[in-house]
Amino acid sequence: MATQRVVTATINGRERSFLCEPRQTLLEVLRDVLSLTGTKEGCSNGNCGACTVLLEGKPVVSCLVLAVECEGQSIETIEGIDTKDGLTPLQNAFLENAALQCGICTPGFIMSTKALLRDNPNPTEEEIRFKLAGNLCRCTGYDKIVKAVQDAAQRRCGSGCGCNG
Amino acid sequence: MLDFDFACPTSLADAIEVLAAHNGSARPLAGGTDLIDYLRTGRLSANMVVDLKRIPELRVLTCGDNGLTLGAAVPCCEIYGNEQIVKNYSALSDACSIIGGLQIQSRASVGGNLCTSGPAADSTPALIALNAQVQLVGKGGSRSVAVEDFCTGPSANVLQPGEIVQQLTLPAPAAGSGSHYRRFIPRNEMDIAVVGVGASVTVADGKITAARVGLGAVAPKPLFAADLSQWLVGQPTSDATYKEAGERARQIISPIDDHRGTAEFRTHVTGVLVERVLREAVARATA
Repeated sequence: MATQRVVTATINGRERSFLCEPRQTLLEVLRDVLSLTGTKEGCSNGNCGACTVLLEGKPVVSCLVLAVECEGQSIETIEGIDTKDGLTPLQNAFLENAALQCGICTPGFIMSTKALLRDNPNPTEEEIRFKLAGNLCRCTGYDKIVKAVQDAAQRRCGSGCGCNG
Repeated sequence: MLDFDFACPTSLADAIEVLAAHNGSARPLAGGTDLIDYLRTGRLSANMVVDLKRIPELRVLTCGDNGLTLGAAVPCCEIYGNEQIVKNYSALSDACSIIGGLQIQSRASVGGNLCTSGPAADSTPALIALNAQVQLVGKGGSRSVAVEDFCTGPSANVLQPGEIVQQLTLPAPAAGSGSHYRRFIPRNEMDIAVVGVGASVTVADGKITAARVGLGAVAPKPLFAADLSQWLVGQPTSDATYKEAGERARQIISPIDDHRGTAEFRTHVTGVLVERVLREAVARATA
């Protein structure tokens, strides 16, 4: 067996070190080593987007990232989205627009939407549908998700944290 | 996933050394969007995975009067996020913005797309249209091949064991040039090309003075339509020219039947796309 490695990364703003094998994906390590089970496993081959996290600020599917690649990098997961004051406007928009049913896809949608609204604060419906095509939902039919993203774009996070959510 | 070891060299020399030491059983890793899935499913195996993303030569992206130099590990999002590439190498940014979704584009590289050597790779017809040269490097030194000669068949290419793609170089476009890449897929996004067409043209006084057309997903490897490209030189920028070009493209392809489309359908779509892509490339050249 290949030697386990110590990897140090900033996860949700906090520097953390963990042990992993080279063959372990970031998804496996988040869930099984770090107990950050908010990130969901869907297809495990990069198609569904359920396991989306932000790596160095960019949305990636954590099933197609090796945890050892993340040495020295910053990772943001769904657990890092809310604030001490509770849910962010982005989360509330999903909740109040009923943009979820079973909820497996929701953490991935929230992470992708965070990156989308950061780069494009006022996307059109077409842009939302195109940019979120890497996230699949088998329950909602997408319309409520698109409405939630439009709603989130209208709400502005008042904390000044720049999260756009 | 089967066990493997991991190296993350920060210099090209170290990467070549570790790849050579494993005599072909080490796999280079760029964005990992193909490799990690292939290792997980057993389509490929590796004793060692070598992450190339921390090697400066593979992350270079310079765009100027001397053309474009693109490190093999530069992800798609950095390519379509670069205004000069969008303007001067539009076919490449067109392709990079439709490979997978946002999450794939954050990681997947054009160099990796080329090395996977899928016949339907989106970026390769665009590179063919833009006349890219591929710089390879290995223990035996470096060499350069034209991008249309890089792939040799499905999942096959000219890379020798231990050899990697270092970077791609694309010449600066002449004045009055434009390019475009477009594909047909059954869905609106996140799918593999049924047919993909890249074209670049240079236009002066209503006539095409230079052209290159690349075709994807219609042969065992991405094709450079050399005779068609030559025929376009001197033709007027007219609908009749684009239609005739589409007809000529249909004659040189050898598509397969599969669940994405029949050979007959692919042949039809090839002509339609060549026509539309040329029209758009000319529009961009004359804008």
